[in-house]
Amino acid sequence: MTTLLLKERLKKIFVGGPAAPERPAASPRGPIVSSRSVRATESGTSYSRHSHGLEQFFSHIQSDQNLWILDLAGASQANVGFITSLGHRLYSVDFLRTLDTTFDATGDDPLAGQFDARRIGRFLDENLDFEDRFFDGAMVWDCLEFLAPPLLKETIDRLHRITKPGANLLAFFHAEEKAVSIPSYNYRIGDAGTLLLTPRGPRRAAQHFNNRAIEKMFHQFRSVKFFLARDHLREVIITR
Amino acid sequence: MWKRREEDHSQRQATPPTSAELAREGIPMSTIAARNTEPEGARGGALIGKSVVMKGQVYSREDLYIDGEVEGTVELQEHRLTIGPNGKVQAGIKAREVVVIGTVHGNIEAADKIDIRKDAKLVGDIRTSRIVIEDGAYFKGSIDISRTEVSKPAAPAPKPQGAAVTTGTPQQQTLATGSANPKP
Repeated sequence: MTTLLLKERLKKIFVGGPAAPERPAASPRGPIVSSRSVRATESGTSYSRHSHGLEQFFSHIQSDQNLWILDLAGASQANVGFITSLGHRLYSVDFLRTLDTTFDATGDDPLAGQFDARRIGRFLDENLDFEDRFFDGAMVWDCLEFLAPPLLKETIDRLHRITKPGANLLAFFHAEEKAVSIPSYNYRIGDAGTLLLTPRGPRRAAQHFNNRAIEKMFHQFRSVKFFLARDHLREVIITR
Repeated sequence: MWKRREEDHSQRQATPPTSAELAREGIPMSTIAARNTEPEGARGGALIGKSVVMKGQVYSREDLYIDGEVEGTVELQEHRLTIGPNGKVQAGIKAREVVVIGTVHGNIEAADKIDIRKDAKLVGDIRTSRIVIEDGAYFKGSIDISRTEVSKPAAPAPKPQGAAVTTGTPQQQTLATGSANPKP
């Protein structure tokens, strides 16, 4: 009898198998963030969600054409297609990839090289060497979180120099403080208000920022506006 | 009798030699193998092989596949350029269509399309009508999509109804009939 019961239980466990992954519900306006889609990040799968920061960023550039937009996430079909469909021109750099190669992130301390003034100068000249006031907008994503203080300061100074007055920067900062490593993503634009996030694996954060620290960091810009997303990301629009 | 022998000889030439026959004749197998593994993109066009290094200006009036090293300029009028997986091009490129599988350092102008494949590395500015970028490709540079507007056929001129009275300046008349060269 007990053997029969045991067999039944085992059958239930193995025949039933693991629950099939459910897709996040999509609204008529497009995919929305759900607790399930947020959980998907932990398992390493892509997910899409609404982005107020992205919406705000595009509301500033949609009315014009032939603007120059800087994208630090690296070239992707989605971002290139979307920006160019609006009639804009795009400059694309995979900032984190070049950061790793320039500063040799394979060592014990991946941030060690980011304190070397000569390497910082070379890195910025190779990646952000543009005329003053060249760009009408910049999508910085989460790149700034992984920069040690000297490199961060120089990068923000450079971004200030190469963007036009009134230009917007879209930057993301992780909201979880005291986390040693934070998830990094590939950011792909779905539409003017939807982002597709594909995990790139965890990275060591160089610094942690609260809202006050972010405001202080962009002190030379005109304004800083925060949007808190449900996946522990603060989306920030910084106006030059 | 002699005739039959000649026929046998011609039949033998038509059939491909076996590996045993080639080994007997001392022909290295790699030569045949290289011919068979010719890259798909190179079929029907010119090929710069992976052991070739070129410096200077390359012009082509047919499709070109570069799997070697080229430095200078590459210009293909109305044709397709493919940079193969071993290709390393340090040049300004002008073509109808460009497919990058290897490495390119230089600006690309493609009238029709640029296709950047998964393992490609491209550093330079792009100007084209259409672009395809596979995930995993490395690209650094600017992208300018030139929209080629399809020229609409001019509206048929209205039939004259009695005595035509022209009003307005000649410039106004041109605008009314749809100018083929609108001002930016």
